[in-house]
Amino acid sequence: MGSIVIVGAGECGARAAFALREMGYDGKITLIGAEPHLPYERPPLSKDGLSGQLPPKYVADAERYRVAGIEVLTDTPVSAIDRTDKSVTLTDGTSIAYDRLLLATGARARTIAGTDDASRRIRTLRTHADAEEIRRELAPGRKLAIIGGGFIGLELAATARRLGAAVILIEGLTRILSRGVPEDIAAVVAARHRAEGVDLRCSAKIERIDADENCARVVLADGETVDADLVVIGIGAIPNTELAAAAGLAIDNGIAVDATLQTSDSDIYAAGDCCSFPLCHYGDRRVRLEAWRNAQDQGTLVAGNLLGAGEAIASVPWFWSDQYDLTLQIAGLAEGASTTVRRDLSDSAFILFHLDDTGRLLSASGIGPGNAVARDIRLAEMLIAAGKRPDPQALILPETKLKALLAA
Amino acid sequence: MSGNWIEVCAADEIDEEDVIRFDHGGRTFAVYRSPDDEYFATDGLCTHEHIHLVDGLVMDDIIECPKHNGRFNYKTGQAKGAPVCVNLKTYPVKVEAGSVFIALG
Repeated sequence: MGSIVIVGAGECGARAAFALREMGYDGKITLIGAEPHLPYERPPLSKDGLSGQLPPKYVADAERYRVAGIEVLTDTPVSAIDRTDKSVTLTDGTSIAYDRLLLATGARARTIAGTDDASRRIRTLRTHADAEEIRRELAPGRKLAIIGGGFIGLELAATARRLGAAVILIEGLTRILSRGVPEDIAAVVAARHRAEGVDLRCSAKIERIDADENCARVVLADGETVDADLVVIGIGAIPNTELAAAAGLAIDNGIAVDATLQTSDSDIYAAGDCCSFPLCHYGDRRVRLEAWRNAQDQGTLVAGNLLGAGEAIASVPWFWSDQYDLTLQIAGLAEGASTTVRRDLSDSAFILFHLDDTGRLLSASGIGPGNAVARDIRLAEMLIAAGKRPDPQALILPETKLKALLAA
Repeated sequence: MSGNWIEVCAADEIDEEDVIRFDHGGRTFAVYRSPDDEYFATDGLCTHEHIHLVDGLVMDDIIECPKHNGRFNYKTGQAKGAPVCVNLKTYPVKVEAGSVFIALG
């Protein structure tokens, strides 16, 4: 028996709770979330979920938590961790004791200084409530200004165009998707957005954003102004580390954990968007991943480790984005690559493979309609995990079966 | 249901350890050839977000959804864990005279 408390009721926390039961843990599990909903999937919020589907896409329905014996506290912010007493304190003063504590506190949207508590005409997109607010403005005749050409901003742009709103997207750097997406793939995405009518501006610095009850105005550094019914800021996320920091846990671009997701307190673990961890396939480089699959993988892994398994993270980072009928998938991290080769598939889909100077495959990024690149990206992920050094010329040829390279 | 065998394709049109899509009567199915040269059939759409499984990866007796990596045992239809929790429906398959047939209930 015993008690495991999970702070953060998102994908990662929920997955960990169910995994604990699947692994036979029969003690108490308390899953605590600040939002009013049961845990739900966030990826749809900028994609189909924004097209009007309600309620959110739940990770599991209430019945499954009941059957699994998982107590879920929604709308319940946690105010403190007492490591001496081994308990967490809720904002209403209630204290809940733990034998092991998991922090799956996630991340929150970054904002632009000075706009934090501005009018409802300036928003970020992170929660179901955010998506509901933004959805109201997406219609023919409405104009949306998106700040930031990352996955969230671009997916929102695609959804907004499908719903008939006019879209201007403002990126400060010279191209969109500069963090982690190769230029050739970003160019395909940019061209598609322009073809769909998005006014895409790169190298555009923002001076300030003004807003009143009815509209917002983005003032660019060159003096130009952009008026919109709604401004959505999509410039990345900040890990929610405050609770951990206040409890004296080590922080390093997120709650710092070791390869088993243990924090600097051996009874406290952290997983998902909120933590930074050493990535074994890349020389134990410390990274923090904001990704759905990572939240799931770490949620499952940490459940075992909360029960003493001591297993190290071995998964390869994996990301995806859907925009219009295009899907982009990335496995691995391309930093440090010295060679890039291109494999052209049918229907204008293609994959870029990035290898280091010893020939080891570091990353593969693909884009195409539907799921055209999915199978090869999945196999690339397995090649990366296995530390393979595939022949670059073989990777280029679409008739080469990657499954065969995995066996080689 | 055994009276209702529908021809899918020639047996050699499916590679070993691979899957094809088969549409019939307004429904879509996935038909598999296992590494040990047996044939199987399931519903064609993932139970998570209704993605066509045909674009997914077949490894041993597992089909993995191309979208979010939900995994199923295609021989039994069993969902193998998050994000999928609903099993795939399976259908009887037979090979006769070099062709694959599926029994639709």
